[in-house]
Amino acid sequence: MTSRKSRAGFGLMMRLELSESLRSRWFHFYAAVLIGLMVLLIFTGISESRVLGFTGLSRLLVTYIQITMAILPLFIVVTTARSMVGDREAGNLEYMLAFPISLRVWYWGRFVARLLLILTPVLAALALAAAYGLVRAHEVPWRHVALYSGLVAALSACFLGIGFFLSSIARSTEVALGASLLIWLLLVALLDLLLLSILIQQQFIPEAVIAIALANPLQAFRTASMILFDPQLILLGPASYVILDAFGVAGYVVWAMVYPTALGLAFAALGYWRFAKSDLV
Amino acid sequence: MITINRLSKRFDRRAVLDELTLSVKAGDRIALIGSNGAGKTTLFRCLLGQYRYQGEVSFSGGAPKRRDAQALARIAFVPQLPPPLRMPVGELLSFAEKGAGASRAVMTDIAGRLGIDLAEVRNRPFWRLSGGQKQKILVTVALGREADFMIFDEPAANLDPAARAVFIDLLAERRNASMLIASHRLEEVASLVNRVIELDRGRVVLDDEVIDRLKAGEFRAVSITLAEPHPPFAAALAGWGLSEQHGGLNYTGPVPAGETFRFLGLLARYGSLIETLRLDQDMPETVA
Repeated sequence: MTSRKSRAGFGLMMRLELSESLRSRWFHFYAAVLIGLMVLLIFTGISESRVLGFTGLSRLLVTYIQITMAILPLFIVVTTARSMVGDREAGNLEYMLAFPISLRVWYWGRFVARLLLILTPVLAALALAAAYGLVRAHEVPWRHVALYSGLVAALSACFLGIGFFLSSIARSTEVALGASLLIWLLLVALLDLLLLSILIQQQFIPEAVIAIALANPLQAFRTASMILFDPQLILLGPASYVILDAFGVAGYVVWAMVYPTALGLAFAALGYWRFAKSDLV
Repeated sequence: MITINRLSKRFDRRAVLDELTLSVKAGDRIALIGSNGAGKTTLFRCLLGQYRYQGEVSFSGGAPKRRDAQALARIAFVPQLPPPLRMPVGELLSFAEKGAGASRAVMTDIAGRLGIDLAEVRNRPFWRLSGGQKQKILVTVALGREADFMIFDEPAANLDPAARAVFIDLLAERRNASMLIASHRLEEVASLVNRVIELDRGRVVLDDEVIDRLKAGEFRAVSITLAEPHPPFAAALAGWGLSEQHGGLNYTGPVPAGETFRFLGLLARYGSLIETLRLDQDMPETVA
């Protein structure tokens, strides 16, 4: 009886969050950017060009996914971090939490609904690319499409969890926004393109550099998305030996999916714990 | 029904509720009064499980628990300020139906009596409604539920006089529900309540049962002498049915006992004009 009530409450919260987000401008903008980006890449004929051996849909997907890596986390963490704290400041939480919905259902219902919302435009864009490939008689790399979908889902869960955590602990929208931008900047800075390469140049302790690269969910996503098209990781240089020796291609792809998901869920759980233990309004 | 034992809530080092002890019996209708910052809203938030606190709050003899969804299923709440919900009114009503067991038919009836056509506002975002419309919708949702305990935080603040009167009637019809009503206008809710609790700096400074002395159908004899004639005050007293003597300096007549607080509220507004005031409990039979 209780579990049926919980399921009904969970469904109710998901519907409420879905309809609330579908009405919001952030979602319209987010969907327009992610789907629009794919349309732009298709129309600029990027699938017809060849760079470093990538051509056709593979070239299109690798370009899209690298750009997505920069946009997606920022969108997720900024819009999520301000959601609950914004509701608290506005007085929405005071009213809505007076209804007999358990906090667990309230929090996780919102989390799952947001995850679905965030993934939908990316998956729609990938489906659009596949449809375009079929129409143009390109070979559709279905395995890559599926793996990209998994990587995007893992990255989304990671930053959504961080966003929920920040939203739970921040006492004002400004603090939540500032913290989310700081975290995003830090993770971007620690990519192999920026700080990480400087650390390698400065002959920083190799184990520490590898640990930073493995711990950074953005780097995990970037490396795994490259590994699919460049199994020898030629683009990555000598660091590729460490990855391939320690993990192998399949092992690293599993790491890049499991680790960010687990990290996101851990942050979300920590956020829930903090949310449930502190003043709700 | 509700037992509050040594409830304390501090913000930083300031105690907003200070070892407050109180019990609410089934059927109690309580006017909660007190100046700004006395702790009324904080008390409500503790009852709704929205704040951490020291002390105990238990419903119907159950184990003390901070936020109990089962207890919340029995509590209807109207906040002091309507939240800026972006959802359409129809979605809020649907949420109240599915999430809190509110009845669509009852809500439609209540909204109609308050002067709101639910079909007309169904698709309008809640935050775009006027202050009064928002308050009417929140009252509709609260009274559309089969709650046996109602918490109202300044519920009539945004209502026009007609809606206010309907609201008071609607509350009076809920005979089986207990109520905790915070209001700065005691006279407005006086006819509804059987108990008045005053908070000051987080403590109960007055807890008085009033119903026995203010029965419906009984009257009090009023006699007022003014320092000088005052036409607006005279018009207000005439509205209560008092008759004028000595060129607008004296007023006498009966006032329903159940309306005493509301009448005193009127007098409070013109307190500086009143030279003498007499309020007798027994009315001569000819008047009553």
